[in-house]
Amino acid sequence: MSKDNSEYLIERHDNVYEVVIGLEVHAQVTSNSKLFSSSSTKFGAEPNTQVSLVDAAFPGMLPVINEFCVKQAIKTGIGLRAQINKKSVFDRKNYFYADLPQGYQISQFKYPIVGEGKVVLDMPNGQKEVGIERLHLEQDAGKSIHDIDPQNTLVDLNRSGVALMEIVSKPDLRSPDEVSTYIKKLRSIMRYLGTCDGNMQEGSLRADVNVSVRLKDSKELGTRCEIKNVNSIKFMQMAINYEANRQVDLIEEGKSIDQETRLFDTKKNETRSMRSKEDAHDYRYFPDPDLLPLEVTDEFIENLKKDIPELPDDKKKRFIDEFKISAYEATILVSDIDTAKYFEEVVAKMGKNLDIKLAVNWITGELFAVLNNKNLEISQSPISAKNLAKLVNLIKNGTISGKIAKTIFELMMDGDKDPQIIVEEKGLKQESDPKALEVLIDKIINDNREKAIEYKNGKEKLFGFFVGQAMKVSGGKANPQLINEILKKKL
Amino acid sequence: MSDITSQSLTSLVSNIKNKKLSSEEVTKAFVDRSEKSKELNSYITEDFSNAIDKAKKFDDKPNLDLKLPGIPMAVKDLFCTKNIRTTAGSKILENFVPTYESTVTQNIWNEGSILLGKLNCDEFAMGSSNETSFYGNVQNPIDKGLVPGGSSGGSAAAVSGQLTPITIGTDTGGSIRQPASFTGTVGLKPTYGSCSRYGIVAFASSLDQAGPMAQNVEDCALLQEIISTYDDKDSTSIDFKRDQYSKDLTKDIKGKKIGIPKEYRVDGMPKEIEELWKKGIEYAKDCGAEIIDISLPNTSYALPTYYIVAPAEASSNLARYDGVKYGFRAKGENLIDMYEKTRSEGFGAEVQRRIMIGTYVLSSGYYDAYYLKAQKVRKLIKNDFDEAYKKVDAILTPSTPSSAFKIGEKKNDPVSMYLNDIFTVPVNLAGLPAISIPAGHDAAGYPLGLQIIGKAFREQEILNLAYAMEDKINFKNKITDWWIK
Amino acid sequence: MTIDLKTIKHISKLSRISVDEQKAEKLAGDLNSIFNFIEKLNELNTDNVEPLTSVAETTLKFRSDEVKNQNIREQIIKNSPEDNEDFFVVPKVVE
Repeated sequence: MSKDNSEYLIERHDNVYEVVIGLEVHAQVTSNSKLFSSSSTKFGAEPNTQVSLVDAAFPGMLPVINEFCVKQAIKTGIGLRAQINKKSVFDRKNYFYADLPQGYQISQFKYPIVGEGKVVLDMPNGQKEVGIERLHLEQDAGKSIHDIDPQNTLVDLNRSGVALMEIVSKPDLRSPDEVSTYIKKLRSIMRYLGTCDGNMQEGSLRADVNVSVRLKDSKELGTRCEIKNVNSIKFMQMAINYEANRQVDLIEEGKSIDQETRLFDTKKNETRSMRSKEDAHDYRYFPDPDLLPLEVTDEFIENLKKDIPELPDDKKKRFIDEFKISAYEATILVSDIDTAKYFEEVVAKMGKNLDIKLAVNWITGELFAVLNNKNLEISQSPISAKNLAKLVNLIKNGTISGKIAKTIFELMMDGDKDPQIIVEEKGLKQESDPKALEVLIDKIINDNREKAIEYKNGKEKLFGFFVGQAMKVSGGKANPQLINEILKKKL
Repeated sequence: MSDITSQSLTSLVSNIKNKKLSSEEVTKAFVDRSEKSKELNSYITEDFSNAIDKAKKFDDKPNLDLKLPGIPMAVKDLFCTKNIRTTAGSKILENFVPTYESTVTQNIWNEGSILLGKLNCDEFAMGSSNETSFYGNVQNPIDKGLVPGGSSGGSAAAVSGQLTPITIGTDTGGSIRQPASFTGTVGLKPTYGSCSRYGIVAFASSLDQAGPMAQNVEDCALLQEIISTYDDKDSTSIDFKRDQYSKDLTKDIKGKKIGIPKEYRVDGMPKEIEELWKKGIEYAKDCGAEIIDISLPNTSYALPTYYIVAPAEASSNLARYDGVKYGFRAKGENLIDMYEKTRSEGFGAEVQRRIMIGTYVLSSGYYDAYYLKAQKVRKLIKNDFDEAYKKVDAILTPSTPSSAFKIGEKKNDPVSMYLNDIFTVPVNLAGLPAISIPAGHDAAGYPLGLQIIGKAFREQEILNLAYAMEDKINFKNKITDWWIK
Repeated sequence: MTIDLKTIKHISKLSRISVDEQKAEKLAGDLNSIFNFIEKLNELNTDNVEPLTSVAETTLKFRSDEVKNQNIREQIIKNSPEDNEDFFVVPKVVE
């Protein structure tokens, strides 16, 4: 496999293959109750405690649609710059499985609520547009647990009936990296909108990955295989890598590729065929006769548009224009709504003293390092935006040095302490009185006459020695800039 | 005071309200007669001792403002009744006890009525003779060895045989009207969306409707008033202003225009049916109605359309009967084996046939040719009625192409059985209301019915027409109590 | 349009109803006579007709996003054939 900087290609002998990937992302809608019933959607409840008669498909039970879920789907469509279909239809997708109590899933087949749209990805070598085919609403299934009882499968229907948005991309993705960026972008947009929390560990976001290969520059699409229910980006990338190579190997051997559904085995890191060939599903889609076509007015959609917050792409543009930061920095800051919110709060709290560069560096540098280390989300940051803003201000107005700030930063983590208080309690105020510093430096030079002479004679490296000494003697509190200036003067 | 069980509902309600009868007396009378009538096999589940207890409780603290004060009633076993076994006439629900009540039956209990028991029906409402029930055939009170019609056969027999003063059935292709016609009783199928489907075991969702089955039109109107309500638990329930059907009931139908559709005059139609229809036309004229010839050109396509749409929806509605959550479960080696054995043992032959038809017409490669096509023809059929209703207020036709046939006569010929519904099915496809009233007897002395079809939401209109004609016809049901030893 | 045994076996698999040879043959016979009768629809030209979406003359009504149902696990599970109080229990799927 060869991988140059911008393209993901697979080479075998003289043939160069590219990989064509399409994703079907299933995003759980953030809502209090389910799509067609009034049961709770909260994660982590005891088995079968959030199941109503409708969810369990008892005789005579009927679906009634949750208006909020419809709004969430439309808002997501707006975030994907997609066409909103004023009329859409719910269809039944018929198949049998233990966690599908009705024996069918209520979904949308022919007339989905959202049509074509697009997502823009920030890739290292520029922007890439990924087309969205459609978004539709459907019911989630329950959970089948195979590994508790050796003879039987246990079924928990808590998740049965929760609203899902299925977002289908066009086959525009070409590499595991693009897939990762796409998922993250999609996730970010939905988190900005509040329509899906994107929590992959809890299963709020899952994807089926369609992979096919073809000779580079070929216009034809190869036979694709669907890898179902991959629930982490890392696994998606591994699965794509494995599958693409598997397909290329088959082609190189002169064999054909069976169109089939596969699973990613996370222990063996390979994909394997899921269904026996004869059990091909014929879903027999037809419009659900218990539901009428869904119709929304222009007014309904316009009202939702008003509710849309500033989305990542727009926010990024604004950050660049308003704060004069780089595209790279802006991308990082808007990548998740919580990061953007944190940054905006720091900026707001810094007030007139605003030093954007400092703020950006402290967030993307020190803060991110801590969060990564402790495996925390920024929403769980041990240091609040308010206090980080204070810290940065203290640096900006010279009260403390950057170095001391690092020490204070560590101390702040214990209970989100106010840095001002730490400075006062520990007496960490920077020594910035030039007169006091002159005295201090004079003493150092006096105590190190030989080194002073060596420096004057050309051993420039010794400057660092004197800076170090100044820091040591002052307990780190000397204002480094002033130290530098005074030393330069005196030496 | 005449025999309690031969009184009409209206009369019983009046007698209880003016304290001439107690609920206990009335309930005991119907329980007594029901117990003597086991040969009819009308009941699947009896709740007699509870019924008498409830009647006593009612008498202790009677609320005489209610519309059905202390009135005992048995209902079709397709309505989920809380804590009372509900089988839908099937083995697969043999031990199913719902923890919830259907909206329609709740409306009835709210008006003071008392449950007597659950009435026999064709399995999952699929049938026209009550011969597909897992719980055995039902005898028509008219004569031994005769089918009562179906799928609400147990219901029709119970009303006709006076085991219950009135009841409710369901009608998907004629399952209220056809058995009413076969048993000499009145049956109303309301406009689609008029009565809630919540808690009714679903057969074909776009066709099913609950409706009253009674001894006369006045009783029918009273019960319709009670069961027809808007229900937000049913997305197909319609919020329209419902008339006070019994209060506004009138025999004055002067000037009403009644359409006679020529396409209902089918080839090979028995002469008696023809005669009955002609007589009906005369009666209508006598009442002051105007008779107008109309055309419903796509009538002959209604039955094939129905036998695509109904099985298709049923095949999906019955997928939930898989042995996982409730109902009968067969032992299987693995999940698929369990499903297959459960469903092939739990469902009867007719149900399995219809599920197969439904699965086939929805399957890949056939959907356009069958299901989609049927939905288009359904549009044409509805358009026919819309056109006709520009000229007339209601339509008069026979209810059935024959009187009740013998048990076993048509059992082995599905198509012949399906032809029973030829006059009733177009109404369900168009979602319109229709009522069947007994209008005469055939040579064998078996009842024959006439059907009046109305405009959507105009139940009052057809009840009035039926009320007027009932008066003129003056039908007497010949019940000999042959089954009571 | 004749429905052969192969089709019957396919449909029975889709609808999860088991059939043996005898049953399949009877079904094929029944279904064929029913389909002969249904074929009548082919006489009609429906090229320019919109399929009926619903006879219910109303629009889809919305429900508010409130949690109304309580934990009714006991009710939900009590009708199931196995004894487990927390889960539905089914034989394993052969994957």
